[in-house]
Amino acid sequence: MTTLPEILDRFNQNASAAKFRGRAVWDFHRQEQTRDTHALDVKMAAARGVKKLYGIGLHAIRQNASLKATTFLQQRAFRVNGALRQQPFDSSAEKPQFPGASAEFIDHLEFIQPNVISGIPVYRVMDRQGQIINPSEDPKLSKEMVLNFYQKMTLLNTMDRILYESQRQGRISFYMTNYGEEGTHIGSAAALEPTDLVFGQYREAGVLMYRGFPLDLFMAQCYANADDLGKGRQMPVHYGCKDLNFVTISSPLATQLPQAAGAAYAVKRENSNRVVVCYFGEGAASEGDAHAGFNFSATLECPLIFFCRNNGYAISTPTNEQYRGDGIAARGPGYGLMSIRVDGNDVFAVYNATKEARRRAVAENQPFLIEAMTYRIGHHSTSDDSSAYRSVDEVNYWDKQDHPISRLRHYMTARDWWGEDEEKAWRKQSRKLVMEAFERAERRLKPNPELLFTDVYDEMIPPIAKQRDAMWRHIQQYKEHYPLDLYEK
Amino acid sequence: MAATRLFLRASPVKCSLTGLTGGVHSSLGSTLLKLSPACTAKPQAQRRHAAHFTFHPEPAPSQYESRATNPPLTFTGTEIEEQVFIADTHCMNVSAGPTQKMNLFQSVTSALDNTLAGDPTAVIFGEDVAFGGVFRCTVGLRDKYGKDRVFNTPLCEQGIVGFGIGAAAAGATAIAEIQFADYIYPAFDQIVNEAAKYRYRSGNMFDCGKLTIRAPWGCVGHGSIYHSQCPEAFFTHCPGIKIVVPRGPVQAKGLLLSCIADQNPCIFFEPKILYRAAVEQVPTEAYQIPLSQAEVLQEGSDLTLVAWGTQVHVLKEVAAMAQEKLGVSCELIDLRTILPWDTETVCKSVVKTGRLLISHEAPVTGGFAAEISSTVQEECFLNLEAPISRVCGYDTPFPHIFEPFYIPDKWKCFEAVKRMINY
Repeated sequence: MTTLPEILDRFNQNASAAKFRGRAVWDFHRQEQTRDTHALDVKMAAARGVKKLYGIGLHAIRQNASLKATTFLQQRAFRVNGALRQQPFDSSAEKPQFPGASAEFIDHLEFIQPNVISGIPVYRVMDRQGQIINPSEDPKLSKEMVLNFYQKMTLLNTMDRILYESQRQGRISFYMTNYGEEGTHIGSAAALEPTDLVFGQYREAGVLMYRGFPLDLFMAQCYANADDLGKGRQMPVHYGCKDLNFVTISSPLATQLPQAAGAAYAVKRENSNRVVVCYFGEGAASEGDAHAGFNFSATLECPLIFFCRNNGYAISTPTNEQYRGDGIAARGPGYGLMSIRVDGNDVFAVYNATKEARRRAVAENQPFLIEAMTYRIGHHSTSDDSSAYRSVDEVNYWDKQDHPISRLRHYMTARDWWGEDEEKAWRKQSRKLVMEAFERAERRLKPNPELLFTDVYDEMIPPIAKQRDAMWRHIQQYKEHYPLDLYEK
Repeated sequence: MAATRLFLRASPVKCSLTGLTGGVHSSLGSTLLKLSPACTAKPQAQRRHAAHFTFHPEPAPSQYESRATNPPLTFTGTEIEEQVFIADTHCMNVSAGPTQKMNLFQSVTSALDNTLAGDPTAVIFGEDVAFGGVFRCTVGLRDKYGKDRVFNTPLCEQGIVGFGIGAAAAGATAIAEIQFADYIYPAFDQIVNEAAKYRYRSGNMFDCGKLTIRAPWGCVGHGSIYHSQCPEAFFTHCPGIKIVVPRGPVQAKGLLLSCIADQNPCIFFEPKILYRAAVEQVPTEAYQIPLSQAEVLQEGSDLTLVAWGTQVHVLKEVAAMAQEKLGVSCELIDLRTILPWDTETVCKSVVKTGRLLISHEAPVTGGFAAEISSTVQEECFLNLEAPISRVCGYDTPFPHIFEPFYIPDKWKCFEAVKRMINY
C-alpha cells in the first residue's frame, strides 16, 4: 500500500526528465540564473571568435553580456545530481557535457523498454464496494459535502437520461451523456476553488453542475433558446459560463491544452493564487495540440492541472489503437510534468489527487498531469451506437460492478448517511427538478436572428451590417418560408 | 547603391547572431575561402540582382520644433532627433512628438517597447525572441522588461498561437511571434477554429481580443519557397480576425499599436525585405493608425492601383512610369488592412477612374486580388472602362533562382497599365 505522497516522490526520483531538471521544485528562480550563466559563456565565446559583426548585433551581445555578467557574479553555487547546466565547462571530467541532457555514460548497448505490463499504478482510496482501503487516505469530508457529491452525480445522471431521450424524440438536435464519468467531474471540481479557470473538452458537465450552473441554463444551451448564455450559436453540450470560470467548450479536440497553458501563465503573472484546470480525453491526447500544451506548460512553468479522462474509447477507437505506451500519465515525465494515475471512479481518489496537485501547482508554479482511469458507459453521443464496436457485457460490467455513484453510495450507507428512503425521495425530487427545467426550456423561444450577426468582432463592422440588412430584407419578402414564429422578435 | 547594399546586409535565415553569416560577401568569409586563380571573386553569373523596388519613405515632415526628449529606447548607431514631427496630409493620423530615424524592425521594437511600458499585462513570446529575434525586432526588450514578459517558447507554432489565445482569454495582452509567415500553418486550426470564433461561439462571454500575432512576410530576394510566402489569402476567408500589412516603419508602428489595442485577434504581417531597407523618421512615443482604412497615397484620374506591403513601393514607381511614358494619371491606394478591408475607399476611387489594377506577390488564383476584384465589379460595374487587372505571383510555389521572373515587378504592372489604358 503506497500513499499519494510516496507515489509522487518515487516518481520524482525515477523519472529521467525530473532528473534532468535536477532541481528542487522550489528553486526555479535559481535554475534560471544558472542557465543564463551557461548561455553567457557560449555567447562570450561566440563574440570573441567572430572578427567582424554588423553593428547592432555586436552591441546586442555586449548589452546581454554585461547584464548577465552581473547575474553571474551574484549567483550562488548550486549543485544538483547530474544537472549539467549549473556547472561551467569541465572537459577533464568523464561526464557527458551535452547541453541537451544530463546523464551518465553507459558502455553497453541497451534499449529502454516501454513498460506497459506493469506501468504507473492506479491510486485509489475506496475499493469497488466503497470501503476505505487505507484510512489515512480518507479525506474525511463532512457528511454535507459527501451528500452534495452524491446528489450532484445523480442529478447529472438524471439530466443526462432526460436530455438523451429528448434528442431521440427530436426535441434537441444532439446530446452527449456523462455516464460512468461522474466521479471524475465531481471529485476534481470539489478540489478546486471557484475562481480557478476551467478549460473542458465536452464530457465535463458535472464540473459545471458542481459549481452551481443551473439546470435551466444547461437546458437553454441544449435547446439553443433565448436564455442560452452562448446566444444559440453552438451545438448542444457546448457549455460555457464566465461567472463560474468555465471557458466555453469548442468542438475541435485538444485545442484547449495550449490555451490552458497560456491562461495559466497569465494567471501566474497576476499573482492571484489561482490554478487553471484543463480536461481532455485519452483520444484528444493524441493530437499535436496536446504535445504543445504539455511542453509549453512545463517549459514556461505554468500553474496548471492537466486532467485526462481515460475512458477506454474515442468514439469507437479503443485505447490499444490510440496509443502503445503506458497511457497518458507515462507521457508526463517525458515533458517534465509531475504525473499521477488515479481511479477515476473513486471520487475520493480524484479529490485527493486534484487537491494536492492544486496546492503544489500554485505554490511551485509547475504543471501537473492527472490521468483518471474510468469507463465510458454511454455511447459517444446520440449519433453513436456503441454496440457496433463493444459488447453489452463489457458495458454492463462497469455499470454494475465499478460505478462512481454506487461506490460512493456504499460509502455513505456504511456510515448511515444515506438509505433506501433517502434514495427514493431524492430520485423523485431530482427527476422533478429536471423535468420542470425541461418543460420550461421546451416552451422558450429561440434567440432573435439578429444574434446571427453579432460578436464576430467586438463591434459590428460595415460588411456584416450590410449582409444582415440584406438578410432581413430577404426574410421580409419570403417570410412564409422561414420559421420566424419560433424566434424572439 | 542602397538596393545592392540591402542584399549584402539582409539577414536571411535563423542563425544570424552566431557569426556564421556572410559567406562570400563578408571580409571574414573571403579570408577563409581560398579561391583558385581560375575563379574571379565575383563572376558574372553569381552577381545577384538588385531589389525589384525602391523604398519610398513617408514624405518629410513639414515643420519642426525643438523639444526636450526622453526617448524610450536607443537604437545604436542612430541619432536621437530632438524634433517634433508635425503630420502632413499623408500621415494625418501620426501624432506629433519627438522622432528618431528607425528602420522597420526598429519601429516594431519601438511599438513593442511602448506597449510593454504602458501595459503591465503585455507579454511577447515566440521562437528566439529572447535574444532579440532572428530579425532583431525584440532586441533589448527582455533586459528592459524581464524574462517573464519577453520569453522563448518551444519550437511549436500551434503551441505559440494556442498559448497566446489562452493568455489573451485570461486577460493578458499577448503578442505572439511566428518566425516566418511560411510557418504559420500549424497554427491554422488555432487561428481559424479557435481565435476567430472565440467571442462568437461563447456569446461574448469569452474572447481573445488581446491576441496579436506577428510574422515576417513576403519576398526577400532569396527566400525561396519557405521564406517568401504571403499567406494572407488563407486567413481572409475567416471572419473574426483582422489582417494588417504595413508598407514602412511609420505605418508599421502605428498599425501594430492599433492591432495590439484592438479587441479582436489580429495578424500583423511585416514585409521582411523592408526590415532594413525601409528607414524613416518615426515618432518614439506611441501612436495609432486606424485599422480598416485604406490610404490614398497619390491621387489620380485615369487608373486606380491597389496593393499592400512591399508592392506599394513597386506600384509607386509604376505610377511614375505611367505618368512619364504614357501620360496616365494613377491613383495609388495602400490597402493596409486586408481584413476587414476598406471597400469604400477603393470603390470610390474606381468610380472616379474607371480602371483598377491590383497587385500582390501571392499566387493569383484565390489571392486577395480576386476578392477585391469581385466586390468592385459588383459595386462599380457600370463605371468600369476596362476589365479589372490582377498582376500577381504565378500559380506555382515561390521559386528560388527564378524569383526575378516570378515576382509581379514594375514592368509587368506597367504592361498591365498599358493594356488597360488601350482597352
